[in-house]
Amino acid sequence: MKKAGAACGAVAYCQSELFPLMSAVFDSLFRFYASSIGKKILVALTGAMLVIFVLGHMIGNLLVFVGPDAINEYGHLLQTALHGGGVWIARLGLLAAVVVHVIATIHLTKQNRAARVDGYGKVASQVSSKSSRTMIWSGLTILAFIIYHLLHFTARLWHGFGGAAYEIQIDGHKAHNVYKMVIDGFSWAPASIFYVIAMLLLSSHLSHGVSSLFQTLGLSTHRSEPLFKKLGYAFALLVVIGNCSIPISILVFGYGR
Amino acid sequence: MSLLNLQLKVWRQNQGQPGHFQDIKASQIPDHASFLEMMDIVNERLIKDGGDPVAFDHDCREGICGMCSMTINGIAHGPEKATTTCQLHMRKFRDGDTIWVEPFRARAFPVVKDLMVDRGAFDRIQQAGGFVTVRTGAAPDANSILIGKEVADAAMDAAACIGCGACVASCKNASAMLFVSAKAGQLNSLPQGQPEKDRRTLGMVRQMDKEGFGNCTNQYECEAACPKEISVRWITKLNRDYALASAKEAFVGVQERAEGGD
Repeated sequence: MKKAGAACGAVAYCQSELFPLMSAVFDSLFRFYASSIGKKILVALTGAMLVIFVLGHMIGNLLVFVGPDAINEYGHLLQTALHGGGVWIARLGLLAAVVVHVIATIHLTKQNRAARVDGYGKVASQVSSKSSRTMIWSGLTILAFIIYHLLHFTARLWHGFGGAAYEIQIDGHKAHNVYKMVIDGFSWAPASIFYVIAMLLLSSHLSHGVSSLFQTLGLSTHRSEPLFKKLGYAFALLVVIGNCSIPISILVFGYGR
Repeated sequence: MSLLNLQLKVWRQNQGQPGHFQDIKASQIPDHASFLEMMDIVNERLIKDGGDPVAFDHDCREGICGMCSMTINGIAHGPEKATTTCQLHMRKFRDGDTIWVEPFRARAFPVVKDLMVDRGAFDRIQQAGGFVTVRTGAAPDANSILIGKEVADAAMDAAACIGCGACVASCKNASAMLFVSAKAGQLNSLPQGQPEKDRRTLGMVRQMDKEGFGNCTNQYECEAACPKEISVRWITKLNRDYALASAKEAFVGVQERAEGGD
């Protein structure tokens, strides 16, 4: 896709010999990706998907404070929705969103670096936030965290999470003891610390990303921009407080142990 | 009037060769001199001492031509808000200050010499769509096309862009989005610009990408540095216009023509 896009950006109209009938639409889509604004719009759209996911994921996780039954039944509901297909639709959708978000931003960042070869001797900034200047680094750390997080709680590689000790029965069906996994997982200090660091970086990423996506999608106006900006900060704060409350309650205050 | 003694760190570079900073003492500078007049004084002394004067761009010296450039202490056109370098005065600096003077740095703005850069990329972007096609002949009647006052005012705000390139210089990605969005947005908001709106938007953005400018990351340093205070809301509009024009191009295509065409 990247290669075709680059080629299409260079020539006026490129014809795909493989798909002559669809070529007009596909060529336009490749050109859209090859353009600066096109890539940014894809980053904004996938970012919006991930923002909504982060909110839903946090609300679901906070059920750990309601009790073992609440979070275990919620986990069971997600696993069995649409006869087990629902969770895979969500996983594939999110995977696609993450892949597009990451590849497009890396591509954009490389172009940005190349756009100024000789840097300034005296570097100054007037209005940009530190978060906005470190998006690629907060983003890549979050990517590393997501991989760790999936191995931890989805692939259940460590702490015997995949074993019988973490299985329960809900309505006669086998289900994961999500509550016990969360409590045991965060009882190990290094995991909790990495989670908290990742959430702080996610919060930094969101503080620029949320309001930014409205700008890129062409939705900000003189009136709505201050609102979007505050919404972004509020969301970033909500996510860091909501998500960090779980490992901190367990590790520091001994919740559920 | 008081006199300032300053230490300049000036970028010296010949086209196609690597550049370096030169330390130049600027002593006894009147505080009511403009920044360019200070550079004139420094150059006169350099010439008298048999040195190579510092090359820099300038023209009207009243803040409307867009010719002067210079990144001063890391900020395009220096620390004064909504001011070009020629309108920046030395009273904004203190005696004993060290001032970094650099060109507008971007791969798309190659250095011609010292502080002069080639901003021809902006001309090529304009040629790719920053105009309206009009018939020749007698001037049309005034007010034959009615334009709302708010629309005319907004278009005038965008038209205030003098094309100096401070937006590119101040952007950490050397993005030209503020310039392109002002030039496209000015015409895209007016009725006269509607017939060529999509072609203009696609053409200008594609030329911008081709010139090797970076991508906007919504940090708005451009708006802070712009001597004409062009709003980043023009970038919002360009994003919107570009998305719609791309979708139309992809799924509808250009209008079918009777003669077929190529």
